[in-house]
Amino acid sequence: MNTIEIGVKINGESKRWRIAPGDLLLDVLRREGYYGVKRGCESGECGACTVLLDGKAINSCVMFAAQADGCELLTIEGLAQGDTLDPIQDAFLECGAVQCGYCTPGMILNAKAFLAQQPDPSEDEVRDMLAGNLCRCTGYLKPVEAVLAAAEACRQKAKDR
Amino acid sequence: MSSERSIVGKNFKKVDGVKLVTGRPAFTDDIHLQGMLIGKILPSTRAHARIKNIDTSKAKALPGVHAVLTYRDVPRVPHTTAGQAWPEPSPKDTYLLDSKVRFVGDRVAAVAAESRAIAEEALRLIEVEYEDLPPVLEIEQAMAPGAPVIHDEPDSTGIHDASRNIAGHIFKEIGSVDRGFREADYIFEREFRTQRQQHCPIEPHVTISWLDPDNRLVIRTSTQVPYHARRQVAQILQIPLQRVHVVKPRIGGGFGGKQEMLLEDICGALALATRRPVKIEYTREEEFYMARSRHPQILRMKMGVKRDGEIVASQLVVLATTGAYGSHATTVQGNTGSKVLPLYRAPNMRFECHVVYTNAPVAGAFRGYGCPQGFFAQESLVDEIAHELKMDPIEFRRKNMIRLGDVDELSAELGEGRRGLPRRIRSCGLPECLEQGAAAIDWERKRKAPPASNGHLRRGVGVACSMQGSGIAGIDWACAMIKLNEDGSFHLLVGASDVGAGADTVLAQIAAETLGVSLDKITVTSGDTDITPFDVGAYASSTTIISGGAVKKTAEKVRDHIVKLASKMLNVPPDNLICRDNHVVAKCGCDKSVTIADLAMHATYREKLQIIDSASHFITDSPPPFCAQFADVEVDTETGEIRVLHLVTAVDCGVPINPRQAEGQAEGAVAQSLGYGFTEEMVLDGQGRMINPSFLDYKILSSKDMPKLTTILVETEEPLGPYGAKSIGEVAINTATPAVLNAVFHATGIRFTKLPVRPEDVLRALSAKGGA
Repeated sequence: MNTIEIGVKINGESKRWRIAPGDLLLDVLRREGYYGVKRGCESGECGACTVLLDGKAINSCVMFAAQADGCELLTIEGLAQGDTLDPIQDAFLECGAVQCGYCTPGMILNAKAFLAQQPDPSEDEVRDMLAGNLCRCTGYLKPVEAVLAAAEACRQKAKDR
Repeated sequence: MSSERSIVGKNFKKVDGVKLVTGRPAFTDDIHLQGMLIGKILPSTRAHARIKNIDTSKAKALPGVHAVLTYRDVPRVPHTTAGQAWPEPSPKDTYLLDSKVRFVGDRVAAVAAESRAIAEEALRLIEVEYEDLPPVLEIEQAMAPGAPVIHDEPDSTGIHDASRNIAGHIFKEIGSVDRGFREADYIFEREFRTQRQQHCPIEPHVTISWLDPDNRLVIRTSTQVPYHARRQVAQILQIPLQRVHVVKPRIGGGFGGKQEMLLEDICGALALATRRPVKIEYTREEEFYMARSRHPQILRMKMGVKRDGEIVASQLVVLATTGAYGSHATTVQGNTGSKVLPLYRAPNMRFECHVVYTNAPVAGAFRGYGCPQGFFAQESLVDEIAHELKMDPIEFRRKNMIRLGDVDELSAELGEGRRGLPRRIRSCGLPECLEQGAAAIDWERKRKAPPASNGHLRRGVGVACSMQGSGIAGIDWACAMIKLNEDGSFHLLVGASDVGAGADTVLAQIAAETLGVSLDKITVTSGDTDITPFDVGAYASSTTIISGGAVKKTAEKVRDHIVKLASKMLNVPPDNLICRDNHVVAKCGCDKSVTIADLAMHATYREKLQIIDSASHFITDSPPPFCAQFADVEVDTETGEIRVLHLVTAVDCGVPINPRQAEGQAEGAVAQSLGYGFTEEMVLDGQGRMINPSFLDYKILSSKDMPKLTTILVETEEPLGPYGAKSIGEVAINTATPAVLNAVFHATGIRFTKLPVRPEDVLRALSAKGGA
């Protein structure tokens, strides 16, 4: 089989991966041990496989790995700084927004990209953003509260700085 | 009482939370094993057919294929896939692989290959010659004379009447409904219909199986029932149970769909055949029609009432389909009677149901377990009766609802597939649920004078009530084990299966509270049949009350051991010692105390004593949690859209061990109920093929679709539950839909009796009424 090599910066580390041209980014990421990227539908409908590509939330199940060549990737494994959780991760725990946790990485990363653009969102804006992350456990109330709480925490942190 | 507690009743963060928010490898598929093969199942393309011939030679010859299994290659053991306690009350009508297929998606063959692409290619190379048989797709056709017989095999057992496609039949009566209806001033009767709903866990079913160095079969799987799965796999594969080791990692949602031995048997068979690790993971499409679903039902509900609103007779006749196999057939439908009718006291009650086979995807356990169907019918009819009697729907319910001290005999009659135990109501917060829910929705004002219609928009409010159970009385049981480590921490080992609802956290809170230690001292290991003690699993809203009861008993025993040793160390009588804040402290006067850590070190190295104990637990009743839900809706008469503006859930789950987690259970249940009511349906075509097996075409609700939610926990103290707890996992799924539909009636005067209710249904009904 023909293979090609791609280079990515993932969670701050530079990596070179040998892939088949048709490999999907989701499959390559999981193969490389980034198990926090979840498989839920393989058709871009549930958002469980969300990762950040150059800061933008994308569904890695509907993207070729080759398209990520030269890009910067962030998966859930790269979000916390050592044992210090990102404020969004903290808020998800604090608000009880995690039940089974399978959709959680996708929600958190989507929220990460969103809050970078919109640090002071309304509840409606948060609901619009999370609509791409299906969750069958929570009914969404607590995840929405968590994103709003994280936004507040980030703004507070910025002020304190 | 609860104010004296330091751990129970508090909103601790999930004990497994950090690994979930940081994406650490915790789920079934988050491992890689050297040499792992990918398994795939060839699904039937026919709804009903015999396999005349099956040629696997081309598939076997494909490089990279390690095994191709058909019915010729595996033991033929009639079984049920229902993950229930032995002896399972479901018919034994299923085979690992069979020469007959009974629905589109039924197993024809299984392959294991070096990659998914090769496995999929191998499936395409299997040549199957079918002899088509006429399919039975409509629920009403199944029992008709001359209908094709779906289970004509001679070796299945436990089928009520295979020749008429009847998997199960129930008829129970208390009092005499005929007499009751004669005594009634008014009789109300309506037919209701419900559809096939799928669980849609975001993690589809996935199983990885391999032989360990001792040649034992390891099954790492997304299951709610590790112990039942172990027993069933051993039986189906005809290997000793001792050789099977089931591991339940973190589970990405179950909702009943994983109370099923679904992939474990076939994945194990492939691992045995190849002697390599094998993984089978359903795609989303496969999850839709090759996993399980909620039983569709046709319900005829009849009630006789006196002029003053007293219900004197209630009768529910159900025709349900279990699809091609009878997983949970009789027990789900039995629940439609036993948990629904007794909500309203009537001296005369009758429940009858037929559960029929059809050549359709298989139904099974699904959160609510027969109750969402039943409460949709009952709460709609009760609303109609109140309206006709010009009574407030809350007042009508208050007059008739079950109350403290009542003994519900119908649930004893219906049991779990056989006669069970009567249910005595020892705690009941339903009156407070109605009161507090009504206040939160502003019932008095909105009911009397709904906000003025605004052009094409109509407003209304509605209510619906339900109850559930807490475990299966006299059947569900669990064991826990606790050991003290020399640093003063504890290992809590439970067979209970946290499927995402937070069981590990709740059980750790119960242990910590009882032991008098902080929550961080408890390490939980759950759901591993080699390590943890027996537990029936996560279903029937049982974990908090049953497994939690076992944990409390165990912790009490361990605490006694600790106190006994402390007594010796401190020279204080045991009666004068208590465990508190990670210490054993003398209660009166003297200042004596020892830290659990010092005591543990002393026990380990001075006394040479492992402090460890276990306890088993079951209860002979199933205390119901209660729920009242209120909806405030707006109906758009131009588009047919029903907009839920506010949905209030007031629920009595006893003492909530972790209130925030309990709220989360209620909120998630509401989302599934609203999907059931208004968007979700597995649609089959004339050949029995599901035509919408994707999230795009089968719509579960997103964050944008959810209304404003208010959850009120009404605390009661349940004497049979650990620290007064009952259950919360299921009850709130029963009535969001009827609460909304009752509000739609209030807004428009239109009564919907068939689910789901879509905008086009609303428009059609409005135009039929002529008042759009």
